[in-house]
Amino acid sequence: MTLDRFPLVQFRVPGIASSLLRFALIGLLAAAVFGPLLNMLIWTVAEAWYFPAKLPIRWGFAFWSKVFRPEAGAMKALSTSLLIACMTVALSLVLAIPAGYALSKRKLPLRSLFLLFFLLPQAFPTVAVHMNIARIFYGLGLTGTIWGVMLVHAIQGLVFAVWIASAAFAAIGEDQVEAARNLGATPLRAFMTVSLPLAAPGLMASAIFVFLISLDEFSGTFFVGVPDVRTLPLTMLNAALEGNYQIASITALLLLVPSILFMLFVERFLKADVLASVGK
Amino acid sequence: MATLRLRKSLPLLALLMPALLMVGLLFVYPLLFSLAYAFRDESSGGWYLGNFTKAFALYGGDIWLTVVVTLLSTALVGVLAVAIAGYLTLGENSRAVAALRWIYRWPMFIPFVVAAQLMRTFLAKSGMLNNSLMSLGLLEPLNAMSLLDWRGVVVTFVWKQLPFAALLISGAMASMDRSLMESARGLGAGRLRILLEIVLPQVSATVWVSLILSFVTMLSALSVPMMIIAGSPTMLTVDMAWRVNSYGDYGVANALGFVSFAMSGLAAWFYLRQGLREGGQPT
Repeated sequence: MTLDRFPLVQFRVPGIASSLLRFALIGLLAAAVFGPLLNMLIWTVAEAWYFPAKLPIRWGFAFWSKVFRPEAGAMKALSTSLLIACMTVALSLVLAIPAGYALSKRKLPLRSLFLLFFLLPQAFPTVAVHMNIARIFYGLGLTGTIWGVMLVHAIQGLVFAVWIASAAFAAIGEDQVEAARNLGATPLRAFMTVSLPLAAPGLMASAIFVFLISLDEFSGTFFVGVPDVRTLPLTMLNAALEGNYQIASITALLLLVPSILFMLFVERFLKADVLASVGK
Repeated sequence: MATLRLRKSLPLLALLMPALLMVGLLFVYPLLFSLAYAFRDESSGGWYLGNFTKAFALYGGDIWLTVVVTLLSTALVGVLAVAIAGYLTLGENSRAVAALRWIYRWPMFIPFVVAAQLMRTFLAKSGMLNNSLMSLGLLEPLNAMSLLDWRGVVVTFVWKQLPFAALLISGAMASMDRSLMESARGLGAGRLRILLEIVLPQVSATVWVSLILSFVTMLSALSVPMMIIAGSPTMLTVDMAWRVNSYGDYGVANALGFVSFAMSGLAAWFYLRQGLREGGQPT
């Protein structure tokens, strides 16, 4: 594409005006990013807020005690969510560590095809698949169980687990493993004492990814988890559809905290050299 | 020689097998099941196209709405992501670049469900958006309206997916050779022109990847339309859930699923064709 036929107008903006414009655009972006977050935070501490009041009429933490009361179900949903997330991480690592190790070897035949295969669950819209998984699971007695929900979550997280694990193993040089083998270590021992510890930060990052995917997963749980498994996102949906803004906002905040923590810490685990080779 | 190589890689294939089986059994099999049962007449056990005629008759409007919302959101994500990534790469005011870098990433790690809840409060008639516009005198209280319909879905999708696309694109721009940009700058080319004529063509593969992944993610989102749109017209994902949960009607639900697979399939085909035309391997 060439733009030569449409020469862009060269305009010089005086320094102050261009600073103001820059300031305004960045301010607008900040308002768009943080406005919705701030609105939610205000709702978590609003006891009464009616249109057209610009701010709550009464502030306080009354709704927090409601959310954390046992009969509200939010605490139970939180523990269910955390349990499922931990189980999903365990299953994903058990599958992704061997698979990632195999995929880190360039000599593996059809390697790029296998890498693409794991991308499938991200490359198709999932809702139609989830409802059919639920139908198949129903015949197996897996709907409404924690195991069924864990399996659906693991499928959604597996591409990240496998790709990051593969990148983490590939970032280890062959030399150290060779050295261990030359000193008489068996392949398994070399893997356990050299490769695995060196890949651990990358594997940690993939575990965090899978944990968050499981914590936030909605449509799989919606179809497979009914009627007995209620995770935090489903609890939030119910509160929101019942029009209870405070409860929904407090639940949203509970879901938000792990994600924000992750954003602050992920760079510590996911080194640039690993990140650059994810999916390659 | 070939057999030797195969035998050497057998242990590796064995290590790979459990994960492959998992995706095969829990994703590919239900996917094929869904595609096949879109043509199934479950009452008589035959195969027919009745599910599709019923799906188009009942949800034709929703199919169009889904197409428009996802395409519009993807286009907005593309334009804004290129603008943000371009400023991060070519911006000359280091403080503005640092501020932008700090701000734009936040929504990326916020779950879709949470993003939908944020927008439910923010875009409501009494939400912060309207309140702020009224306080600034930009909106008359009488004209205040709720944006919680398809527009709210577009806003939520763009808000949530923009950082992901901008991150990928700015990463690709950062790894470019800067000498061409700098010599063009030295010759007096404007930054907008450098972005459009020099930078963008070199990162077009990354732009397409990020847009297609965003498009499929939006097609899959169930929670966002469910929480933001009350009633109809709504998006296909909500219709599928409704069809299954209220009527146990898997035929029409799978026909709608087929339509959404076809949309993502078209996107994938478009991407592959783009990659071939550029004469390179799609990355």
